[in-house]
Amino acid sequence: MQFGIFSVSDITTDPTTGRTPTEAQRIKDIVTIAKHAEEVGLDVFALGEHHNEPFFSSSPTTTLAYIAAQTSTLQLSTATTLITTNDPVKIAEDFAMLQHLADGRVDLTLGRGNTGPVYPWFGKDIRAGIPLALENYALLHKLWRQHTVDWQGKFRTPLQGFTSTPRPLDEIPPFVWHGSIRSVEIAEQAAYYGDGFFANHIFWPASHTQRMVGLYRQRFEHYGHGSADQAIVGLGGQVFLRKNSQDAVKEFRPYFDNAPVYGHGPSLEDFTRETPLTVGSPQQVIDKTLGFREYVGDYQRQLFLMDHAGLPVKTVLEQLDLLGSEVVPVLRKEFARLKPAHVPDAPTHASLLAAGNTAAVKEEVKA
Amino acid sequence: MKQRKLVVISAGLSQPSSTRLLADQLSAAAAGAATRLGVTLDVQFIELRDLAHEITDNMLTGFPGTSLKQAQEAVTAADALITVTPVFSASYSGLFKSFFDVLDKDALVDKPVLLAATAGTARHSLVLEHALRPLFSYLRAAIIPTSVFAASDDWGANSVEGPLRARIDRAAAELARVVERREPAVVTDPFALTADFEDMLKNL
Repeated sequence: MQFGIFSVSDITTDPTTGRTPTEAQRIKDIVTIAKHAEEVGLDVFALGEHHNEPFFSSSPTTTLAYIAAQTSTLQLSTATTLITTNDPVKIAEDFAMLQHLADGRVDLTLGRGNTGPVYPWFGKDIRAGIPLALENYALLHKLWRQHTVDWQGKFRTPLQGFTSTPRPLDEIPPFVWHGSIRSVEIAEQAAYYGDGFFANHIFWPASHTQRMVGLYRQRFEHYGHGSADQAIVGLGGQVFLRKNSQDAVKEFRPYFDNAPVYGHGPSLEDFTRETPLTVGSPQQVIDKTLGFREYVGDYQRQLFLMDHAGLPVKTVLEQLDLLGSEVVPVLRKEFARLKPAHVPDAPTHASLLAAGNTAAVKEEVKA
Repeated sequence: MKQRKLVVISAGLSQPSSTRLLADQLSAAAAGAATRLGVTLDVQFIELRDLAHEITDNMLTGFPGTSLKQAQEAVTAADALITVTPVFSASYSGLFKSFFDVLDKDALVDKPVLLAATAGTARHSLVLEHALRPLFSYLRAAIIPTSVFAASDDWGANSVEGPLRARIDRAAAELARVVERREPAVVTDPFALTADFEDMLKNL
């Protein structure tokens, strides 16, 4: 099982000090945080994509390539890459490029983006969000698997005799996760292609995530990719840790109360009860996280949101220390002990290469 | 006897409230009228005051808390609704509107709804027509023709058998007839797929 962190790249005022990091500082901090994730033994760093303030991450592959150059084992991913407003041709090229630079340590999570004003900036309409996601991914999927592509769709200029460059590393496309909070069409899309499904998980109650993942698993089996419990599932999570749970609650409360997403709404206690948020001791985080598999089944990737809402970088790095030393080692052992042998790990470039997927891709190219 | 579910939504804030009083009288009259038509109404009350925090939280987080979710599910599964709001600043109360703002936009489609409102003076009575009726038209509810307005005067002495009583009975009888004629409400599963993937791709 993979453990890691994901960042939405928000630049938020620290509510306890009134200090706001500059863009320059926050961008460098993200690199420090990602490198530290590897240092403390985490597997994955995933970065969001936004084109509006207060976020900086408009160009995730640039940032991830820079991180790749300074790490050696860290899997680089996204949370999420906008499949609606980006040109699928550019996604195909950017991520293949990143694959080469990062020696294959790359996958990506596709999302639609839910910020209405963003769509028209890229000439799109949010009301066509689902059709855009479906058509754009159909093209992206093809561009990575066929050398020469002729293509015509509803949303993009047709392609004739087009080859996206560079070609995927070893002709193995990056593994794709489809992220969605509530759109059943996206769970269906992930199942159809046999790709991974990533449930954001952190903003909604467990009962909701359970239904979405359940649908994806059932359809994954329907499309013949394996049994339902072999589908590839990733979950978001959100924690704030201190040795003593009271200290964690006291320190995190002002960040929670003023957080951009849920601040000034439910109490910390309500939100902790209703969603995966855990504010407390390492043992509490371990218990709650192990509980996730009771409603989504054995899953492959757990990412935690750690660096949002104006938390100072020093605090974030301390959080990673605790996560890496006291939480993840126990979770690794426990999840591994519980997981049946026929449930696969999340595919990586190395595992796909070893499994000989190159041949399969070549077949497809010929056909 | 047929069994049908009636949910009564009351947005009164005080205790006791004339809004709840009107809601009680409407639901009792509806249950009585339904019984005479061979229908047993299973009545559930929702006091929006109790859900005020969760309604605001839902606006901010995008999902309902436990109690609000139960209320939303009850409304969605109901065979008919009675909604009663106090008049605030010449319209329904903000809390009343907020409950419907966070409800799924299709939850009330073709659902029989009896509209009612209370106020200090009868001069507000057209709130039913210029505020409530358009709201529920937008939500595509099946609005019962008679809506009921009660002002402070209506609760005064000698009014038990007065004009308010007649309006309550007429509206309740209309509601009961509609419920009696209809099939039970069907709740659609939000997680049910309506098309498989190949069809989705074909029909972009």
